[in-house]
Amino acid sequence: MLASLSVVLLLAGAAFFLGGSVGMLRFPDVYTRLHALTKADNLGLGLVVLGLMLQAESLAAVGKLFVIWLLLLAASATASQLVASWAQENGFAPWRG
Amino acid sequence: MSSVLVLALTGAGLILLGLHALIVKVHLLRKILALNIISSGIFLLLAGLAARTPGGEPDPVPQAMVLTGIVVAVAATALALALLLALRSATGRTRLDDDNGQ
Amino acid sequence: MAWLTGLPLAVDLVLGTTLLWLAWRALSSPDLFQAVALFIAFGVILGLVWARLDTIDIALAEIALGAGVTGALLLAALSQLQPAEVDARAAPSATGANEHQAGQPGQTAETADADEAQHKPAVFRALLAAVMGLLLLAALFGLGLVTWQLWEPSSGLTQQVNTHLPESGVEHPVTAVLLNFRGYDTLLEIAVLLLALIGVWSLATASNLGDTTPEPVLAALSRLLAPLMILVAAYLVWVGAHAPGGAFQAGSVLGAAGVLLRLSGWRLPAGAAGWPLRLVLALGVAVFAFIGIAVIGLGEPLLGYPTAWAKHAILVIELAATLSIGAILASLFIGGRP
Repeated sequence: MLASLSVVLLLAGAAFFLGGSVGMLRFPDVYTRLHALTKADNLGLGLVVLGLMLQAESLAAVGKLFVIWLLLLAASATASQLVASWAQENGFAPWRG
Repeated sequence: MSSVLVLALTGAGLILLGLHALIVKVHLLRKILALNIISSGIFLLLAGLAARTPGGEPDPVPQAMVLTGIVVAVAATALALALLLALRSATGRTRLDDDNGQ
Repeated sequence: MAWLTGLPLAVDLVLGTTLLWLAWRALSSPDLFQAVALFIAFGVILGLVWARLDTIDIALAEIALGAGVTGALLLAALSQLQPAEVDARAAPSATGANEHQAGQPGQTAETADADEAQHKPAVFRALLAAVMGLLLLAALFGLGLVTWQLWEPSSGLTQQVNTHLPESGVEHPVTAVLLNFRGYDTLLEIAVLLLALIGVWSLATASNLGDTTPEPVLAALSRLLAPLMILVAAYLVWVGAHAPGGAFQAGSVLGAAGVLLRLSGWRLPAGAAGWPLRLVLALGVAVFAFIGIAVIGLGEPLLGYPTAWAKHAILVIELAATLSIGAILASLFIGGRP
């Protein structure tokens, strides 16, 4: 039961990664690409981490996995903020479809 | 075993790719990249040798050699890049072809 | 679930193909910035390959060094090589501007890398191609021989290492090899790191040292990450005695922390850039060599710690080496004598 739930979560996480990657390749400008990448990857990694937590051998491993997710959230938020503000300062206009 | 063979063959392929680029490409930064890819290929081959153990636990000696090698490769890359920047500020050149320079 | 048995091999095939493709693109794409970005991706995938091969020690070092620090070094050098090109990227319309300037001498020729000597006489190029072909064939033959031998199982030195592991002072075989059985390699390796730094220092002097404060977002992130990375480094040194980890991995994390601080805009305080920095840089080699030589006084060979003290000797050496490796890697990134 727990194992199949874990597999479902992992697959859902992989689907989010796939969606984020497609978005990064297909979206029209820097800002929307950043959106696709960070939103989908943060959620995707969250699901993967959740799935792995269900299989973890100890509570310590669960804690480490959770910290990994938090660190990635902080890093990707900072990185996307930096890229977006650099793009804005250097005159990349947002896409208006 | 077959997984290890796949990755060791990848290592061999990387060495060939890197060697080719090291000879053919003229930009020095590209040559530095090529050297790094050659060393990655060598590390993969060494890890393949380490994985031959029947028990499943990889041989620690090649592992230690690869670990040492990665650190040395980073140091060598840093020195090579510093040399490249020094060459550029001395001669204005970053490529090794004959008639690009003055 | 019989179809699942082929899955690991499929994963390895995908990883191997991706590695080869990334390497090929990094070596052939016309834009150097793109080449460096692809090379960083190559390092990350290689880290996954190390995890697949069950060599966690190497995976840790590869991610921190091969992908992290090397990537940062390459990008820093690239931005110094091509200020014109970095500016050109700021204008959205300038994409592809470097392609049609390929091969021209001067500033623009550096941005595009239209390699291969196309202006040589045909005979010369044919001869060159023939020599290259022969060389690559010979390399292929030798590498084929090596991989052929991978079919034959061999325990290598695993037996010897496991037999002597109780005398080494640690329980993790890779750490035992690095710090005890092959201590020579490790001592000389830290010396090589130091030599590389001396080489870099003799070529350039570091610019803009002194106290500054970075912009708020980066300051916040680095205030969060830097202490955490120091904690991770300390954990890695400690855990290296019985599990993957140790001085190199910990030093790599420390070095990466230094690179991160530098990139976010922090500068080495002027007071720390003099002898305190040099002391930390030399500490690893000094402590390692001192202990290695001191054991001769106890009737042991060079670098042969007595079993009773081995654990403590290794811990002291590892702590010193971690600090030095971290400081050397960060100084290599700063890239000049402060």
